[in-house]
Amino acid sequence: MLSSYAGAMDTQAMHIANGIVDGPVSAIFLIVAAVGLAFCVWRAKLDLDDRLAPMAGLVAAFIFAVQMLNFQVLPGVSGHLLGGTLAVMLVGPYVGALCVATVLIVQCLLFADGGLTALGLNITNMALIGAAVAYVLVAALLRVLPRNPAGLGATALIASVAGVVLASMGFVVEYALGGTTELSIGAIAATMAGVHTLIGIGEGLIAAVTVVTVARVRPDLVYALRHFRRPVLAKAVIA
Amino acid sequence: MRKKAFLIAGLLVALLLAGVVSNFASGSPDGLDYAAREGCTFNADDEITGGACMAQREGEHQLGDSPLADYAIAGIDNEFLATGLSGVAGVLITFAIGGGLFWLLRRRDRASS
Repeated sequence: MLSSYAGAMDTQAMHIANGIVDGPVSAIFLIVAAVGLAFCVWRAKLDLDDRLAPMAGLVAAFIFAVQMLNFQVLPGVSGHLLGGTLAVMLVGPYVGALCVATVLIVQCLLFADGGLTALGLNITNMALIGAAVAYVLVAALLRVLPRNPAGLGATALIASVAGVVLASMGFVVEYALGGTTELSIGAIAATMAGVHTLIGIGEGLIAAVTVVTVARVRPDLVYALRHFRRPVLAKAVIA
Repeated sequence: MRKKAFLIAGLLVALLLAGVVSNFASGSPDGLDYAAREGCTFNADDEITGGACMAQREGEHQLGDSPLADYAIAGIDNEFLATGLSGVAGVLITFAIGGGLFWLLRRRDRASS
């Protein structure tokens, strides 16, 4: 029996589609996503000022653009940036998560990319998990790695790999809870972790180049350099 | 570089990536799609012919008929043009919605009212 499979040959479908995870679990994660984004809005207000607001719009637009650029990771397998780490480093965790969510909502509603029913799943994985993992790692790594472009780039790379792999594990959990086909969760987890490690490396290279470039041109526009390092303490140590 | 110049330069880079470079992106299924198809066999029209995989019960997108669906533009047959223009539209829309939203949310230290 043939069952039609939507949007595979014209492979611009990049996020979880409808019907992969069942209705109840999709609904639960829609609530998770809504609560998470509400929390981000509340905290983002503290960060957003006249300087950060336009920068955040640019970061969202930039992530939309780069998400269109699928790169090959294996024969027959591609990947694209999710954007969590890039957003966290440039505009902070809360505004960053909102940037990624904005992109996902625009893609879902206007570009038919990522199922409408699956929107909560996609936001939970890519915006919330992606930004949370990046936040923890970026904040930690910037304190221990050297204060130079290499340290900044390495931070972007490592946080990207972890953020992308854990976002993909978010999907595995959702599928374990509400997958529409009986399959081995272990096998799915292994496949997802494997390909997303490679995708994470690609994402990490893009994020590293972007963040280091912005840091060269306008270091004051890099949130991570303003907030996750302690410049006063640093000066004290040097002096 | 002044901040306004930085924003304009950033936006131009995004427009170039979405409008032109996007046409050279890989057409292979992405990581999630690859995992979702694993275990099933497909015919030339990309319909599932057998096996068991996550994509088996995948449904159509509710908004699949929207004018920008699948990163194309309804009515434009030239793929290069359709992909590029949909990318440009997406960057501008995302910047307008995101930027507008963040501008409304921003902190106003010296409240005017």
